[in-house]
Amino acid sequence: MSASTNSSGAILRANLAKDLRLEWRSKDALNAMGFFALLVVVIFALSFDPTAEESRRIAGGIFWVAFLFAAVVALNQTWAREMRNQVLDAYRVSPASASALFLGKVLGNFLFVGAIEAVVAPLFMVFYNLRPLGPAWQLIVVFLLGTWALVANGTFFAALSLRTRNREVMLPLLLFPISVPALLSMVEATTTILAGDGSAGMWMKMLAGYDVIFTVAGLLLFELVMNAE
Amino acid sequence: MRRDQTILAVITLGLLAYGFYQAIYVAPTEQTMGDIQRIFYYHVPSAWTAGVMFFVNFAASLVYLVRLSPGIAKVSGMIGNIVATICVIATLLLRDPLYTWTVKFWLVFSIAVLYFLFWRLAKHTSQGRADAWAVSAAEVGVVFCTIVLITGPLWAKPVWGIWWTWDVRLTTTLVCWMIYVSYLMMRKFSDSSQTATLAAALAVFGFLDVPIVYMSIRWWRTQHPAPVFASQGGGIDPAMEHAVMMNWLAFLCLAGLLAWMRYTLDRRRQHLDYLHTMEALSVSDPARRPTELKGIR
Repeated sequence: MSASTNSSGAILRANLAKDLRLEWRSKDALNAMGFFALLVVVIFALSFDPTAEESRRIAGGIFWVAFLFAAVVALNQTWAREMRNQVLDAYRVSPASASALFLGKVLGNFLFVGAIEAVVAPLFMVFYNLRPLGPAWQLIVVFLLGTWALVANGTFFAALSLRTRNREVMLPLLLFPISVPALLSMVEATTTILAGDGSAGMWMKMLAGYDVIFTVAGLLLFELVMNAE
Repeated sequence: MRRDQTILAVITLGLLAYGFYQAIYVAPTEQTMGDIQRIFYYHVPSAWTAGVMFFVNFAASLVYLVRLSPGIAKVSGMIGNIVATICVIATLLLRDPLYTWTVKFWLVFSIAVLYFLFWRLAKHTSQGRADAWAVSAAEVGVVFCTIVLITGPLWAKPVWGIWWTWDVRLTTTLVCWMIYVSYLMMRKFSDSSQTATLAAALAVFGFLDVPIVYMSIRWWRTQHPAPVFASQGGGIDPAMEHAVMMNWLAFLCLAGLLAWMRYTLDRRRQHLDYLHTMEALSVSDPARRPTELKGIR
């Protein structure tokens, strides 16, 4: 085998390509997540009056809560396919770097959640009759940073909760408390932009800092988590 | 109970009694709040004690990880050097008149001592011990954090007129409590033989999160009364400060005692696990069955 196929970059690409191909053929995560996010958005719309002027104030919160739940649905399955046929065991004994696997998974999940957001967000805007009063391009930045925050931590904690008795429940129990600052930043930034009062810059910086810190921590600690039987 | 634990228990009881006397009888009644304010002598020391316990949990988890993997040891050594250097430089550059050169010296000195202590600990503490300290400190920390969350509203209702508000300190304490409860739940539900490794990774995430939570919520809103210590102007009566400090000492002793007893228990559990494993391994050969093992403590 040539050296290039063993490099971290090649392994990352291989992992990402495999995840994308699996998802493209099965569409398990995308279907489950998309439909789930849609349900949450509709249920919230029925619980609160979506046409009121108030809705602009709570829309950011509803949107991100919907995606937090939807991401958990997908993230719970993300490592399950690696458990079948002992793929993870094979990965452990191979010399491939664990952080490449982690980063590949995070990127894959980022693309899935991002794709669902791209579909559901416009629908959400229509349902709640929203129009950003602030700079709309900032919304895209907030979405990218916020999705990364959810997915990077979520992928790490999904691997961590793989070894617990009730892993489906364990993931949100671990992910939600740690994600509080990220969630707060996303919601505040989104609400600020939608309502058009003040600048969301501070929240975006906060989110970026959160992303950097926890991505680095995840990359450093993932190998230990993967090797823990 | 071991004898040294009994001695500590007696000291703790004495300190608790003295702290109670100071807080309830000696400290002057607060001007506007009256006797309600006396809950402060339990609320604040509990909060500090919980903070210390969570820090112990973080340090023990870090020691565990450093002992576990040479790679982590290298990276964390590098990060530790950078952080310690930044701390020292930041301390020296502090402009606040509160930080005289003497204070700066002691700050730098304590950073150096903490740093030195950590690496000594990391070198001489076995993984089993580090993990036992981590879980004990987290459990006791959650207990004290719960006390904070209960005494806070008891005070707030008569003084603020509300039980709870989403202020920075309240919310951070609540989130902190949630993080460590989720840590304990993860340990409880873990099916892995390497729960300790997973828990240590989670503890690092949790501890990293606390300052970020604090900052994010501070930007969000603030209502809690500003800290009355180390603030210029205002401040508190020396008798009140004495009562707080005495109670803090007593609570630290109590927390240390509880954590220590929990630690001994966890070491025994580890030992039992080990014996079970050895027994299972040596079923075919009774001669190799372990009869006694050293190093429980």
